[in-house]
Amino acid sequence: MKKSNIIMLIAAILPLGLFLFPLWKITLEAPQYPTPLGMYIHINDFSDANPHDIKNINLMNHYVGMKYIPEAIPEFKIFPAGILITTVIGLIIAFKGNYKWFLYWFILMVALSSAGLYDFYIWEHDYGHNLDPKAIMKFTNPDGTQMGFQPPLFGSKDILNFRAHSYPRLGALFLGLGIASGLIAYLVGKKNKKTT
Amino acid sequence: MKKLLKSTLAMLSVLVALTSCNNSTTSDSKSGALAGNVAEKVYVAPGEHDEFYAFISGGFSGQLSVYGLPSGRLFKVIPVFSQDAEKAYGYNEETKPMLNTSHGFVPWDDSHHPDISQTAGEIDGRWVFINGNNTPRIAKIDLSTFETTEIIEIPNSAGNHSSSFVTENTEYVVAGTRFSVPIPQRDMPIKDYKGNFKGSLTFISVEPEHGHMDIKFQLIMPGFDYDLSHPGRGKSHGWFFFTTYNTEEASTLMEVNASQNDKDFIAAVNWKKIEEYVNNGGGTMMAANYAHNVYDESTHSATSTMKKEVLTVNPLDVPGAVYFLPTPKSPHGCDVDPTGEYIVGNGKLSANLTVHSFTKMLDAIENEKFAGDAYGIPILNFEDVLAGSVEQPGLGPLHTEFDGKGNAYTTFFISSEVVKWKLGTWEVVDRQPCYYSVGHLMIPGGNSRKPFGKYVVAMNKITKDRYLPTGPEVTQSAQLYDISGEKMQLLLDFPTVGEPHYAAGAPADLIKPRSKKLFNLEDNKHPYAAKSEAETKVVRDGKTVHVYMTTIRSHFSPDNIEGIKVGDKVYFHITNLEQDYDVPHGVSMIGANTSELLIMPGQTETFVWEPKQEGVWPFYCTDFCSALHQEMQGYVRVSAANANTPLRWSLGEDIE
Repeated sequence: MKKSNIIMLIAAILPLGLFLFPLWKITLEAPQYPTPLGMYIHINDFSDANPHDIKNINLMNHYVGMKYIPEAIPEFKIFPAGILITTVIGLIIAFKGNYKWFLYWFILMVALSSAGLYDFYIWEHDYGHNLDPKAIMKFTNPDGTQMGFQPPLFGSKDILNFRAHSYPRLGALFLGLGIASGLIAYLVGKKNKKTT
Repeated sequence: MKKLLKSTLAMLSVLVALTSCNNSTTSDSKSGALAGNVAEKVYVAPGEHDEFYAFISGGFSGQLSVYGLPSGRLFKVIPVFSQDAEKAYGYNEETKPMLNTSHGFVPWDDSHHPDISQTAGEIDGRWVFINGNNTPRIAKIDLSTFETTEIIEIPNSAGNHSSSFVTENTEYVVAGTRFSVPIPQRDMPIKDYKGNFKGSLTFISVEPEHGHMDIKFQLIMPGFDYDLSHPGRGKSHGWFFFTTYNTEEASTLMEVNASQNDKDFIAAVNWKKIEEYVNNGGGTMMAANYAHNVYDESTHSATSTMKKEVLTVNPLDVPGAVYFLPTPKSPHGCDVDPTGEYIVGNGKLSANLTVHSFTKMLDAIENEKFAGDAYGIPILNFEDVLAGSVEQPGLGPLHTEFDGKGNAYTTFFISSEVVKWKLGTWEVVDRQPCYYSVGHLMIPGGNSRKPFGKYVVAMNKITKDRYLPTGPEVTQSAQLYDISGEKMQLLLDFPTVGEPHYAAGAPADLIKPRSKKLFNLEDNKHPYAAKSEAETKVVRDGKTVHVYMTTIRSHFSPDNIEGIKVGDKVYFHITNLEQDYDVPHGVSMIGANTSELLIMPGQTETFVWEPKQEGVWPFYCTDFCSALHQEMQGYVRVSAANANTPLRWSLGEDIE
């Protein structure tokens, strides 16, 4: 097996790490929470950073009229399927394809991941802005518009008494390494082609 | 290569610089200007934790207080033998059975001697046992919840004082009677005390996993007063030692008549021998009536069972099981050093402090050097068992603890001081005054093979002018001394709850990691729990109504109830749906003849309300739970006894 194909094989397998490790983590810090509230986002699930965190995030958020974090969303079915399919494609081209296919796979992965992130952003935006009109506490921005409580997509941000952090976790690293390896496989393949 | 060498050298020099910097800070902190500052030694900065837990008995308050050392900060008062309206202990339906006895519901006791469970002779921080003096009981407090989870009544006992001390592996918690009484109780002239009254020493087995208590046997001893006790440890493991007074067997004007004998006894009991005797079918089963109350964490409820018999043992039936060690003048504390060799008899009316030797005791027993007997129990010669005396150490010795470094610390009630002396040489090393009239003292782990000899806490009976006055009744107090050096240093005194009779302490690290944050709602097996708002309901059964109610920030569900009638008996079963640390909810109902409830996350508690008057009556949350706490309220409509208002309930909408 060619070196580039071995790299491609690794590239295809790495994103499966998403099934083992969380993709993202949102953490909420406040003085009353010496242990911050936290939520892991997995490829197919939301989970508590510490026991009962999601329940307690929901309880906090209901004061400003935010919806409960759903138990399940359609993405939890679509994303795992997407990863499985792209891994199978990756494996097939690792064994059968040439380096050009590696580039196509890389582009496919970048496109799908961007779509996923965009989808995540849309959900976050809705979660932070689509508030219950009977909310217990209503806050407005200085310009008079309704204040939103959208957590950051990436980075840290103050939301009322909380400081919210949103950062990728190990699963995202596996995905990122997989995608990058796809590109490397292409470049190595291309170089080999030239030298031979 | 040169480059590499250069960079390695550079790195090394950085490391050296860092290390030397570290060294200088360490030495600074030791020799700094504040090193001798007393305030600094007890200062625990905001947000920091204390180094030790101290469990200080509440005496006539019937409770057990939890303090931090060295700060002396009070964290919790654990209700044990007395009703506590703050926590609904003994008021709510779940914990009322905890205070059941053969005399019915007894809502108070006199709690004296906490002792922490041990494994291999060292405190393990799982449970605290404490005795109720007045209506003889032993309680167990679970240190994962800091709640009383079991109480067993002691039959054939009165003034349960030489209690509740545990053996080296918590095989037994021991409860000795202070007052001898007719056994079994019967109508007889008091003047016939002598020879007819008996004293019971009760060995309660402790089941290793859950700590469930069961009376294994009662040793029926001569009618003396059994004052305090301690287990043997190390080489003396398997023995238990009890001080006695009133070996005169007087029954009136005791302060004079029970102080006549030059020497009373320490009773040495070989419990291993008696255990073997009992396991082989020995002993006499006697009819009895005593309560065994157990709190179940999964149902959040206690049950009370009346037990009807107890196994008694006559010491004369087990040769070699019990001996008397003559000990001067009404000894109070009976304390065994960490090696198990020395048994200190704190003869409270004696000028000297008597220390017996376990090795010499065994030798005297083997050579049958007996001075006589009391009711058939062999008395050893004082000189044969004496290890040594601390001469003229103070007046009124009460209790001795050990630091694990060869020193002992004894309280002197009359001369109001703590005296440090050396085991083996019996020389007095230091003395420090107490303010005033010290009773017992405590070194964390002081009643074990492994004391943590950094602090001693002295507990004072009288404070007079020590604090801001509060009318005729003023607080009692505890005093903290640093004992890490050759001389003791008074660091702090702090007020206590009730009368601090005795205490037990443990390093915080032993207990802190096991402390529960909440109860899992999924594990709640309370028969009337509503584990979600969907499960809430109101059920009528004749004149009894059960309300299955929930709390979560910041509402009750249901919060409107109609169809209750005058003369109903309404049980409010409230489940706290919260699953967050430190979010209890409270509840109280106007006119309810009971206390509020204080319900921890995941817990269910019940109060009873018997409405006597028509109307619409509010209830509300009593624990400030959230920003919307003031809004956490509801109404119950009470109709006439013969009304036909239908039973309805709601949350968030009007009852239609």
